[in-house]
Amino acid sequence: MYDAEKIIPGLIVFLIIVFFPYYYTMGRMVPAPKPVKPTKYKKCVEPLSYMRAAHMDLLNDWRNEVVRHEKRVYLSSTGKEWNMSLQNECLKCHTSKKKFCDRCHNYLGVRPYCWDCHFDPHNVKALPHKIMTKETM
Amino acid sequence: MGVSRREFLKLAGLTAALGLGTGTAFELLAPGQVEAGEYLRSENALKAKQWALVFDVKKCLEHGEDCRICIDACINEHNIPQFDNPLHEIKWIWKDLYRHAFTDMDNEYVNDFYKDKPFVLLCNHCGEPPCVRVCPTQATFKRPDGIVMQDLHRCIGCRFCMAACPYGSRNFNWLDPRPHIVHYNPKYPTRRRGVVEKCIFCNEKIDLGLRPVCVDACPVGAIIFGDLYDPNSPVRQVLRKRFSIRRKLELGTKPSMFYLI
Amino acid sequence: MLEKILQGDRRYWIWVSFLLVVIGIGFACYVYQCYTGLGITGMSRETSWGLYIAQFTLMVGIAASGLMVVIPKLLHHYKKFIDLVMFGEFMAIAAVVMALLFVIIDVGQPMRLFNMVLHPTPHSMLFYDMIVLNGYLLINIIVGYNTMIADWKGVPPPRWIIPVAYLGVPWAVAIHTVTAFLYCGLPARHLWHSALMAPKFLAGAFCSGPALLMLILFMVEKVTGYAPTDDEGYQTLAKIVLYAAIIDLFFIFCEFFTAFYSNIPDEKAPLIYMFFGLHGYHRLMPLMRTSLFCGVLGIILLLVPSWRRNRVLLSIACFAIFMWMWLEKGFGLVIGGFIPDPFGRITQYTPTLPECAIVLGVWAIGALIITFLYKMGIAAKRDGQRM
Repeated sequence: MYDAEKIIPGLIVFLIIVFFPYYYTMGRMVPAPKPVKPTKYKKCVEPLSYMRAAHMDLLNDWRNEVVRHEKRVYLSSTGKEWNMSLQNECLKCHTSKKKFCDRCHNYLGVRPYCWDCHFDPHNVKALPHKIMTKETM
Repeated sequence: MGVSRREFLKLAGLTAALGLGTGTAFELLAPGQVEAGEYLRSENALKAKQWALVFDVKKCLEHGEDCRICIDACINEHNIPQFDNPLHEIKWIWKDLYRHAFTDMDNEYVNDFYKDKPFVLLCNHCGEPPCVRVCPTQATFKRPDGIVMQDLHRCIGCRFCMAACPYGSRNFNWLDPRPHIVHYNPKYPTRRRGVVEKCIFCNEKIDLGLRPVCVDACPVGAIIFGDLYDPNSPVRQVLRKRFSIRRKLELGTKPSMFYLI
Repeated sequence: MLEKILQGDRRYWIWVSFLLVVIGIGFACYVYQCYTGLGITGMSRETSWGLYIAQFTLMVGIAASGLMVVIPKLLHHYKKFIDLVMFGEFMAIAAVVMALLFVIIDVGQPMRLFNMVLHPTPHSMLFYDMIVLNGYLLINIIVGYNTMIADWKGVPPPRWIIPVAYLGVPWAVAIHTVTAFLYCGLPARHLWHSALMAPKFLAGAFCSGPALLMLILFMVEKVTGYAPTDDEGYQTLAKIVLYAAIIDLFFIFCEFFTAFYSNIPDEKAPLIYMFFGLHGYHRLMPLMRTSLFCGVLGIILLLVPSWRRNRVLLSIACFAIFMWMWLEKGFGLVIGGFIPDPFGRITQYTPTLPECAIVLGVWAIGALIITFLYKMGIAAKRDGQRM
């Protein structure tokens, strides 16, 4: 092998860096996330197993139908009609993004970009505000 | 034996291209939709072939030149940020003087009633919008009811539409808008930096059977709202009775915002 | 051939390190832009395109100019350009990469750029721009790479390259025409709304591109002692630059005449702002006047044959012609198009420091690509001649 004195140490350093997440967390137990379920309503838009697996695809389709096809009503498989809106329908029952959505997303290290624009209507205080001073009024 | 370096690089490149390409091909050819439920329009949704607004400028000016009720209604409804730096300004509906609103018309010898007076301006939701023609992703598109809509989820922020708009109606989020929002409407999202936004004719209201907030907010009813292609709509009725002007008609955009003078 | 990049003397490594430092600073500023937003630049609501898109326009022109070297050799078998073609194509590769980079850094949501592929829009010129630019890059990489390998082995290039090279001829015209159509199809901006946009772009490209190529090759000859063509070949290239520059100057004169003789205020206003200042606003005026001065100077220096044969004067002329285009296409045209705005107001544009650093970083990437490709190309030619 050419340049063995450069390549083999380089490979070892590479393996150390790449497998760092595994041996650093080896043996540690992180408890499963416990999202706080809504108290007033029992049934979601679709059955729980479906929502667990596909709520992101559902929200994507809702987004396309609302924005691009003027359709705002979702007739779910349970026969109920829902208003297709993350802020106004989903978060109506799931009253805290921090206690529900973020619990699983943080656990998995997922950062959905929905929250760049949409926000939790129950927690407007947490959003940055503009302070109107006498000069800017 | 072994493989020459060039053959190895060619093989690696081909494998990478195949890997990326197959994934892409699946996305493009079979994007798939979640087939759980059905998507319906609201029964109350207002219908039209081309929504239009007619501004009774006389009523507006007589009510008060400093009136901002329609503008503030839009700002509060849609979480529009108020930037101090005029370079980064975002305005969906605003006021500008006659000579700036109608650059193609005479200002020097216009009558005293309109000279240097403020007119309410917004996106014209043109019949043949140049912004829709140039958008490379169809993030801005014309709905069947005539509204020029903005899909904030698809916009790549190229600002081609801003160059194409002859009316200066479009805004770009140069910075994160949230620190500049004075009052949040919990029912409407904000936008993020890097996308273009503009008046979207309150389609979230129209699709549910309500009228645009500026129309409802005007205390003297100076904004008339209706379907331009319906001969019996309030818009057509008033246009038959009174003379109206539109901005930059010679450009062929067919704007839907009329000003009664 | 790639190992040639790693073999060089002290001067080579100092140059490459300098470029890497500039790229690093530009990249750091770009990361800052990604986190804060495009508000760190000097662009505004009314002047919504700035240095990034202006430089993109210029680089598409430089890329298209490879044509001026390919046509004499491919279609007319001009022997003096046989070795020149590969270097013209390598410069085109660097220019297209820079053009694509300028678009990527200008876009507000670069992670969504794939939307242009997922949702093809045949009525948008940007869609076609994406196709033709990437296609041109592919053509130049294929033809350039295979020509280089063939030269390295001392054999003529494979015959299947010829149709690809032929395809590159109208394709080069297409890339700059599509880029011009981005501007001239907009009803909103009167400076751009001219049928002359595409011809002006092409003429400007065909004078500034070969001028830049000659400047780079003169520098390469000083450093490596290698010249792909002799004085007669450079004279032919200089004459191409001269004719294209005269045509471009004539187009500019036509634009001025059309605007001022018709006396239409909307058509005059942007030109008055750019060259004379409008209502007291004159930030672009020194740049545009300098650009015109550079252009006229370059043409005069190229006109007289004895001056043209002098390498020093020829270099000054090429630099002047390139600066003419850099200032006019790479700065004035795009920004001047937004002034006055649709309300008749003037919002001036000044690039900020981070913005300039990012632009310099992209230029350094282009310079690095040219350095690497030319290093490989010269080594290939030298090895081939030994065969």
